[in-house]
Amino acid sequence: MTANAGSIGRSSGAKPSLKGKASRGSILADRAATVVLWGTGALVLLILGSIILHFAMAAWGVVSLSFILDNPSQTTLGGIMPVLWNSIYMLALTMLIAVPVGLLGGIYMAEYAGDNIVTGAIRFAEESISSVPSIVVGLFGLILFVDDFHWGFTALAGALALTFFNLPLMTRLSEQALRAVPQDERSASLALGATKWQTIRHVVVPLAIPGLITGVILTAGRVFGEAAVLLFTAGIGTPPHYNFMNLDITNPTSPWSPFRPATTLSVYIYKLNSEGLGAFKNQIVDGSAAILISMVLIFNLGARFVGRVLSRKLTAS
Amino acid sequence: MASLTSAYPTSKLRAKPGLLERLDLPRRVVFVAAASMIIVVAMLMIFIVWQGTQLFVKDGYSLGAIFDAKWDPLADTPEFGILPFILGTIVVTAGALLISTPLSVGVALFLSEVAPKWAKSIVQPALEIFVGIPSVVWGWLGITVLVPFLADTFNGPIVISLPIVGTIFSMPGFLTGFSWLAGSLVLSIMVLPTITSVSYDAFRAVPQELRTGSLALGTTRWQMIRHILIPSALSGVLTAVVLGMTRAAGEALAVQMVIGNSPTLPEAITQPMTTLTSQITLDMGNTVFGEPWQDALWTMSLVLLVISITSVVLVRVINKRRMGS
Repeated sequence: MTANAGSIGRSSGAKPSLKGKASRGSILADRAATVVLWGTGALVLLILGSIILHFAMAAWGVVSLSFILDNPSQTTLGGIMPVLWNSIYMLALTMLIAVPVGLLGGIYMAEYAGDNIVTGAIRFAEESISSVPSIVVGLFGLILFVDDFHWGFTALAGALALTFFNLPLMTRLSEQALRAVPQDERSASLALGATKWQTIRHVVVPLAIPGLITGVILTAGRVFGEAAVLLFTAGIGTPPHYNFMNLDITNPTSPWSPFRPATTLSVYIYKLNSEGLGAFKNQIVDGSAAILISMVLIFNLGARFVGRVLSRKLTAS
Repeated sequence: MASLTSAYPTSKLRAKPGLLERLDLPRRVVFVAAASMIIVVAMLMIFIVWQGTQLFVKDGYSLGAIFDAKWDPLADTPEFGILPFILGTIVVTAGALLISTPLSVGVALFLSEVAPKWAKSIVQPALEIFVGIPSVVWGWLGITVLVPFLADTFNGPIVISLPIVGTIFSMPGFLTGFSWLAGSLVLSIMVLPTITSVSYDAFRAVPQELRTGSLALGTTRWQMIRHILIPSALSGVLTAVVLGMTRAAGEALAVQMVIGNSPTLPEAITQPMTTLTSQITLDMGNTVFGEPWQDALWTMSLVLLVISITSVVLVRVINKRRMGS
């Protein structure tokens, strides 16, 4: 102690610069690096800003209420109502399967999973599906549902393939949301005599709701934009004029039926581009892409907003 | 007081588990939900391996005939050399990583070391929006903005020459703009959020003491980043690059839209080329189930599956090293 104090005393007497090691060159390098790193951050914003601006300008004069609500037309600009409907329909159908399974899977991983070989296998499966290319998942759907089950190109085949593809994401986000709940809450509930399942149902899950909803919305955003999975499962044909009064879901001509081909907005963009036909192709694709981007923005900001509001409400109460 | 406690025996305080719970049903149900992913992966692997080997088993092609540069499915004796596609995927991915890695690591360093709170709260959401932009939208941006730009700006041969030494570099110009470079550029933006967020996590995981220790010794922030932070987080950054690679190699539609789709080995970054994913996307709809042409496409998807599973294992090995050291 005394020796240390002594040495500090001696060196402070020689009026040292505390940054003795930093030469002028290294200070210059430090400044340059700071500028470059700020530059990378600015570049990200610049790219995003120009993309949004680009689509805002490209969609100007294309996107209108009639563009959203009309059927496609051969001779005029027409609209994208059927494919937009299919996107929403596919989203709902996929989330109907993926959310419960993903949430329950997340509960297992967060609350029950022990450190054993089965948990290891589940983690490996989770990582594997996340890294398998979407087109390969689509091809798997093609063999399994379209060919082996003889369903043909159907909304249900597409929704199941999309579920496969997004289940790892939904499970992981649920697990993270549940793990973020403080251990004290669980202990308090168990100490009051609640069983494990009661604790999960009435304490852990309600407290995790902001995180869970964020997870659902982020997954929904990915499902909404996905195309490669759907090319060979839900089909790529031009949708017919839908009759929304036909509520018979077993009838393949009803827009409510899962047993019909369902070309979504993303797939429609791909289709229009690869076929390259029609005088209004570019405007239609620009307008559709602008709508897709707006939906992504809405999903993202929505997830942020809902998460914040809910967590404020829950922590306040 | 004593009589009060005895009136409420603690044993009764424990809630009676419902019938479902006594059957251990909740645990079983959530387990099945989690384990369903194992079933999905197992089935996916079995189906793709089965279909992907049909070209050898049923159609009698040898492994050597597959790893050949000649792709001619319409010839009298069709040839299915998938080498151009494999190499195409490799070079497009490599190009994308070369562009994206420095930029992404830069953004990650910016977010973790440099950015004040307000800047972070703008750049991080921006990256999340990047992730959400669908691949067809990136492809369409490539076609309408990037490809015409490349074609207009560099349409002549690109030659760099010095006095006395003469030409040191020459490359044919862009014919149409649909090219290797266009594919790599589009992919580099698409993998940017992946590499950024995983490297960011790696940098954040470096203990704060290492930073303060270095700075207390009088180093500048950049010296600290170069000599302490990056070496400590290297395995995490490597994981980020592998994950970015997986995403780039598996991306289908955006690449297919800008790459030109010519089934030849690329000679320069200005030339059109093709990849595994783009050829599968293009040809799958034109082929009939069971014919050798389609079987070759399944073999290509098997190659993609092998690439992605390999990268999962690779990431695990890298992370295990990190835990071990």
